[in-house]
Amino acid sequence: MSDTVRLQDSSRQVAKMKSVVTALGMLPVLVLLAVAFQMMTGNFLTANNLSIVMQQASINIVLAAGMTFVILTSGIDLSVGSILAASAIAAVQASLWPGLGLLGVPVGILVGLAFGLVNGVLIAFFKLPPFIVTLGALTTVRGVARLMGEDTTVFNSDLPFAIIGNGDILGIPWLAIIAIAVVLLSWFVLRGTVLGTWIYATGGNHEAARLAGIKVWLVLLFAYGISGLFAGLGGVMSAARLYAANGLQLGQAYELDAIAAVILGGTSLVGGVGSIWGTLIGALIIAVLSNGLILVGVSDIWQFIIKGMVIILAVALDRYRLKSGAGS
Amino acid sequence: MSDRPLLEMCQISKTFGGVKALSNISLNVAAGEVHALMGENGAGKSTLMKILSGALSPDSGGRISVAGSALPTGNTRASRNYGIAVIYQELSLAPNLTAAQNIFLGAEKAKAGMLKNSLMHKSAQLILERLEVDFDAGVQVNRLSLGQRQMVEIARALSTNARIIVMDEPTTSLSGKETEKLFDVIESLKSEGIAIIYISHRMDEVYRLSDRCSVLRDGAYVGTLDKADVNAEKLVSMMVGRDISSFYQKVHHAFGEKKDVVLRVEELADKGKVKGCSFEVCRGEVLGIAGLVGSGRTELLRLIYGADYIARGRIIIDGQVVNPKSPREALEKGIVYLTEDRKGLGLFLDMSISENVNIAVAEKDAYPGGVRQFRMATLRAKRAIDHFAIRTSSIRQKVSTLSGGNQQKVLFARLLEVNPKILLLDEPTRGVDVGAKSEIYRLIDELAEHGLAVVVVSSELPEIIGIADRCIVMREGEIAGEVASSPDKVMTQEELMTFATGAGYSSSTKMEVFQDKETMA
Repeated sequence: MSDTVRLQDSSRQVAKMKSVVTALGMLPVLVLLAVAFQMMTGNFLTANNLSIVMQQASINIVLAAGMTFVILTSGIDLSVGSILAASAIAAVQASLWPGLGLLGVPVGILVGLAFGLVNGVLIAFFKLPPFIVTLGALTTVRGVARLMGEDTTVFNSDLPFAIIGNGDILGIPWLAIIAIAVVLLSWFVLRGTVLGTWIYATGGNHEAARLAGIKVWLVLLFAYGISGLFAGLGGVMSAARLYAANGLQLGQAYELDAIAAVILGGTSLVGGVGSIWGTLIGALIIAVLSNGLILVGVSDIWQFIIKGMVIILAVALDRYRLKSGAGS
Repeated sequence: MSDRPLLEMCQISKTFGGVKALSNISLNVAAGEVHALMGENGAGKSTLMKILSGALSPDSGGRISVAGSALPTGNTRASRNYGIAVIYQELSLAPNLTAAQNIFLGAEKAKAGMLKNSLMHKSAQLILERLEVDFDAGVQVNRLSLGQRQMVEIARALSTNARIIVMDEPTTSLSGKETEKLFDVIESLKSEGIAIIYISHRMDEVYRLSDRCSVLRDGAYVGTLDKADVNAEKLVSMMVGRDISSFYQKVHHAFGEKKDVVLRVEELADKGKVKGCSFEVCRGEVLGIAGLVGSGRTELLRLIYGADYIARGRIIIDGQVVNPKSPREALEKGIVYLTEDRKGLGLFLDMSISENVNIAVAEKDAYPGGVRQFRMATLRAKRAIDHFAIRTSSIRQKVSTLSGGNQQKVLFARLLEVNPKILLLDEPTRGVDVGAKSEIYRLIDELAEHGLAVVVVSSELPEIIGIADRCIVMREGEIAGEVASSPDKVMTQEELMTFATGAGYSSSTKMEVFQDKETMA
């Protein structure tokens, strides 16, 4: 009842302001970090460096977008790093087909989608816990990736879609454009379609969703499918950047950065609450930290320690802010 | 009663962000007194009790004293040490632990860090025996019924040697037998000098139990009545500040209009809780389903709605066998179901009123490709708020911030948006205040008049008698009997209870509900 009273009292403007603040979420942290690095180095906020940051963030943004769908359904996808590796190898191998090298792009994406759908089927129809299924997939798909590349690095120095990884339009890297496109598409699906509404509802309460007539199986299949598909796209992006792929090393621990971005973005691990814009900001915070710490000259070891602590601190601040601000 | 009250709450106010939720409430409770606290949902009862338990701090100026000594406010540990225990309506047990573990949760008996399990088990067993429950202290809580879980909660309060026990609608999920047991326990606690603050919406309980009754309305104290002065009309008018004369009045009746059978259920059974039930419901009819908690009422409704696996039997709508395999299929056939567990299985608490109303029709309203048509959603939500008089500032308000009655209206709105033929309602007024209750009764009446077939499960017999044309009674998964109202005779609680408890049949269930044993014969 206290909530009711509180809501009645706050005039609509106050409520509106609150919702803006909530939507902004971690943006102030991102801005603060950027300003701090600028003050420390003097060359952080240059067009050139920001373009590099975007490029570095892009693959994680794409993976984290897929992860946002999954976490919104109250699931988790630990297999995206491995799927990315397998897809990258498939993409490079397909790019070697004479005359059909451009097919590497759809092949890589479809390989990712296929792995994602297998996860989805196991979770939606066999009702297995997402953590277990995707943990298994993390190892299995990693093995498959090594098998596909015969445990060596596959090269194509004449990669037909290399422009994706290294080209730009008006100074904006292709990688960044793809990442932004993925975010916009995700935003549209989540906010503008029935499926998006169902994703939020399913994450909020699976059983209530089923009783409300929602096809919960479709929601789960879609979430893990799209997470796999975006991991596949990430594989293509990565292959395009490197002209190569290695089943053992590529994408190691990428799933953790993706999860960190989603959580930094304010999406609840319990499901049903969160937004793709938050995820974008979360991924940018991680990229800004990596880039800024290098510019400042912090050693590799300390980068790890500082990054981890900033993630915890940022989320702690966010929780505290929500608690004292909205009181719930 | 002694001269000095055991509990004194003085000038308690509570302000949330500039708005007073409670203003200057003073309340005294004596040792050995059962003090009923009444008021509509949102009147401030829960806030007041949260202040007593230390979960909330009152505004400065308010004070609470227990047996003459001042209680540090806003401190749950202090409240517990002063002997205050609160049993909340929404149970707070850990379902994966045993009853005994739950009873001593947070107050485990241990020696040098080692749990003294057998001692705890024994003490738990003793307390449970005092409540005369039919389960062992070692049983895992998730295997207990809602009613049995409530008993564990009460046992937990007893285990802390509380001097003041607050019970927030304790009988909501109890069967008649368990309720009687609870009342016995309350009497014996009373004789031990324990003070009980009893929050309830049920008048009969308040008459029967309370020594005094205080009423809150809109965060303010309205008054206190002594036992001798308590009567329903007075209480209701104190609570709502207006006269509800047509509280249970059914306008539309379907006496014997057995023409147009909409829903027919034949020998329906699941894997054990429902053992072959047959009945039919006609257009414009309200069919009640009575029965004790655990008699399979909810399970029967869920089977018809396609929520659970149908082991055998047929569900026939307008002459066609449907047997829905999922709620989705049931919805397509025009069946809707209102769950008894509004927060757990009904609402999406993090979503807005609008989304909650629209969730089942979003797909139908969408543009090709599944693109949401928000204009339509807004329209539906606004219409629902108008039609059901849902008290809210905006259609975007989260449903979790609404009161119980308004939440229930949101769920009703969702069901009606799909234009159903058959309404299955499971405890439609549970946890809903008096005002919203009468609105829901009126709504059910209206819907029946418009030709819907309505099936209502309820634990409150006066409710069933008030709104149903006919009532089937379930016992142990079977239909034990049927009672109907006619123009010259309304069904009675005695008739329903006779079937529900199996009186007159060979049954282990004892009849405790009747004071007068002759009526049973």
